[in-house]
Amino acid sequence: MDKSLQTQSIICVACPKGCRLQIQRDGEEVLVSNQGCKRGVEYAIGEMKDPRRMVATTVQIEGARHPLLPVYSAAPFPKARIFELLAKLRSLKVQAPVKEGQIILENALDTGISILASRDMEQ
Amino acid sequence: MKIKKCDVAVIGSGPGGLAAAIAAKQHGAKNVLLIERDREPGGILLQCIHNGFGVEIFKKDLPGPAYAQHFIHEAQSVGVEFLLDTMVLEITREKRIFASNKSEGMLEIQAKAVILAMGCRERTRAQVRLPGARPAGVYTAGTAQRWVNVEGFMPGKKIVILGSGDIGMIMARRLTFEGAKVERVLEIMPYLSGLMRNYVQCLQDFGIPLQMQHTVKRILGNERVEAIETVAVDDHWQEVRGSEEIIPCDTLLLSVGLIPENELSRQVGIHLDPLTAGPFVDNYFQTESEGFFAAGNVVHVYDLVDWVTGAGLRAGESAALYARDCLPMNKKIAVQRGENVHHVIPHYLDMGSLNQREEQLQMRVTKPLEQPVKVQVMNGTEVIASKALPYARPGEMVTISLKDKHIEPLKNAEQLVVQVVKRED
Ligand SMILES: Cc1cc2nc3c(=O)[nH]c(=O)nc-3n(C[C@H](O)[C@H](O)[C@H](O)COP(=O)(O)OP(=O)(O)OC[C@H]3O[C@@H](n4cnc5c(N)ncnc54)[C@H](O)[C@@H]3O)c2cc1C
Ligand code: SF4
Repeated sequence: MDKSLQTQSIICVACPKGCRLQIQRDGEEVLVSNQGCKRGVEYAIGEMKDPRRMVATTVQIEGARHPLLPVYSAAPFPKARIFELLAKLRSLKVQAPVKEGQIILENALDTGISILASRDMEQ
Repeated sequence: MKIKKCDVAVIGSGPGGLAAAIAAKQHGAKNVLLIERDREPGGILLQCIHNGFGVEIFKKDLPGPAYAQHFIHEAQSVGVEFLLDTMVLEITREKRIFASNKSEGMLEIQAKAVILAMGCRERTRAQVRLPGARPAGVYTAGTAQRWVNVEGFMPGKKIVILGSGDIGMIMARRLTFEGAKVERVLEIMPYLSGLMRNYVQCLQDFGIPLQMQHTVKRILGNERVEAIETVAVDDHWQEVRGSEEIIPCDTLLLSVGLIPENELSRQVGIHLDPLTAGPFVDNYFQTESEGFFAAGNVVHVYDLVDWVTGAGLRAGESAALYARDCLPMNKKIAVQRGENVHHVIPHYLDMGSLNQREEQLQMRVTKPLEQPVKVQVMNGTEVIASKALPYARPGEMVTISLKDKHIEPLKNAEQLVVQVVKRED
C-alpha cells in the first residue's frame, strides 16, 4: 500500500444535498472535510474502505404473466462484485408463484446478502 | 348497458390512486372503485425496479414494485373494488364515467366524487424538436424501461441518452447491467436535471460520460439509427460552431422531462394551469370543478413517490368527505408565485382548514440558488412565514407549512405570495 497522503473529492449520496466531500487518505486513516453533516463522514469512509451499492435487476420466471421477476439485494452489495452477481442472477430461473420479499438467492456469492423478490407474481 | 354506482371513483392505480382509494375508504366512502387500464394495479412503479422508494414513509430503501405492493395489499384489505384492464374514455360534468373493458365491453359508472390519478407521461420527440432522419431506434427512456424491466428485451446495444433526467440516468445503469454500452449522456442545460445521487450511482460508478450544455444536432441513419451528431451550446442556447461530434450508436433515448397526463381532465372542462400542465387545485386537491379531485403526478410532477402517496391520501380523504356532503367550504385565498418560484401547489387555500391541521405549500424554483436561501410567504404587505434552506434547485421541490398561528395575519389578505430568495447572513 502506498503510505503517502492522497487527496480526492467525492460527492456524498447519503442525502439529496450531494455535498462535495474532500477526502485525505493517510494509509488506513481517512480524513474527511466539507461534509454538510456527520453522515457524510461515514459515507466517505465506506466509499474508501468498502464501497457498496443496492443492486436491482430481474431474473427469469416461468409460469407467470410476465417473463421477468424484479429482484433486489437485501442490503448494499460490494460494488466490485456487482457484475459477478448479475451474471449469477442471469443464470437463474424461478417458478411462479412468488411472494414479495421471498428469498430468490440466499447468501449471494458468500457475501451474506440475500436477493429478494420485489413483488408478488402469481401463476 | 348496466350502470354501476359508487361514492368515489378513482382513475388510475399508481401510488397516487392507490393512496386516494385507501383514504377514501378510511374516511367513510362506502363504495370506492379503482379503475385501471393496465391488467394489474401499481402504475408506473411496476417498471421502476430500482431502489430508492419509501425512504420517508417506510424508512426503508425499497424497489418500486415492492413499494406499490404494500399499497395494493392495503387497498385490497380495506375493501377497495378494482376494475382492471379498463380504460376510461370519457367523464361528464355530472360525474358519469364511460369506460371500456375487454370482457364487459362498454361500462357506465355514476360516481358522487371523482379522483383523477392518471399520473404523468414522458415528453416525446415531437416536444423536443429533433432534426434529422426518423429511423427506428429513437425511444423515450420510460419505453425502454418497460421493455428491459417488464417485457424482457433490449432497445439496442450502443446507446446515447439525451437529457439528464432521473429516468435516463437510471436507464443508463440498467442497460449497462444488461450488457449494453452507454456512450454518452447529453444535457442542454448547464446543470443536471435529475438528482445528484443518480449521477453518482448511475453514471459515475460506471464511467458513463455526461456532457453539460450539449445536445443532439442531427440523427443519422436510414432504417435504424447509425450515429448521433452532437453539438455544444452556449449560455444563450446557441450552437457552438465547430464543436460537432459524431457518436456511432444504434439507439437514442430521450429523458427530457415528464408532464401531467390530463387528456381526460381537459375533456371534462377542468381548468388546467399552463405552468404545471395539471389542474388548479385547492388544499383539498379539489379542482375548480366541484367534486373532481386530483391525486399524485396528475397535479404536478413530484420528485419522491412518498410525496405522491401523501398527496393521494389527502385527495382521497377530501373526496370521501365530499361524497358524504361534509367537505368544508370556507373562504379561499389565492396562492401566487413570487420571485424565483415557477409554480406553487395548492393554488387556493381554504382558510378554515388551518384550524384543523398544517397546510404545506409545495413549489419549484425557476433557477438554482446555491447560497443560503429562504422561502417566504407574504400576505401582500408583510412576511408571515419564513424558512431557511441551504440551497434551492429546480430538481428538488421546496416546501413551507402554514399553521393556525397564520390565520390571524391572513384574515384580510386577498392573496398569498410565495418567494425563494437569497438569505443575507
Ligand atoms: C417512465 C417513468 C419512470 C418514472 N420513474 C420514477 C422513479 O424512478 N422514481 C420516482 O420517484 N418517480 C418516477 N416516475 C414518476 C412517477 O410518475 C411517480 O413517481 C409515480 O408513479 C406517480 O404516481 P401516480 O399515481 O401519480 O401515477 P402513475 O404511477 O403513473 O399511475 C397512473 C395510472 O393511471 C392509469 N391510467 C392513466 N389513464 C387512464 C385511463 N384513461 N383509464 C384508466 N387508467 C388510466 C395508468 O395506466 C397508470 O397505472 C416515473 C415516471 C415515468 C413516466
Ligand atoms: S454530507 Fe450530510 S448533508 Fe451532505 S450530502 Fe452527505 S448526508 Fe447530505
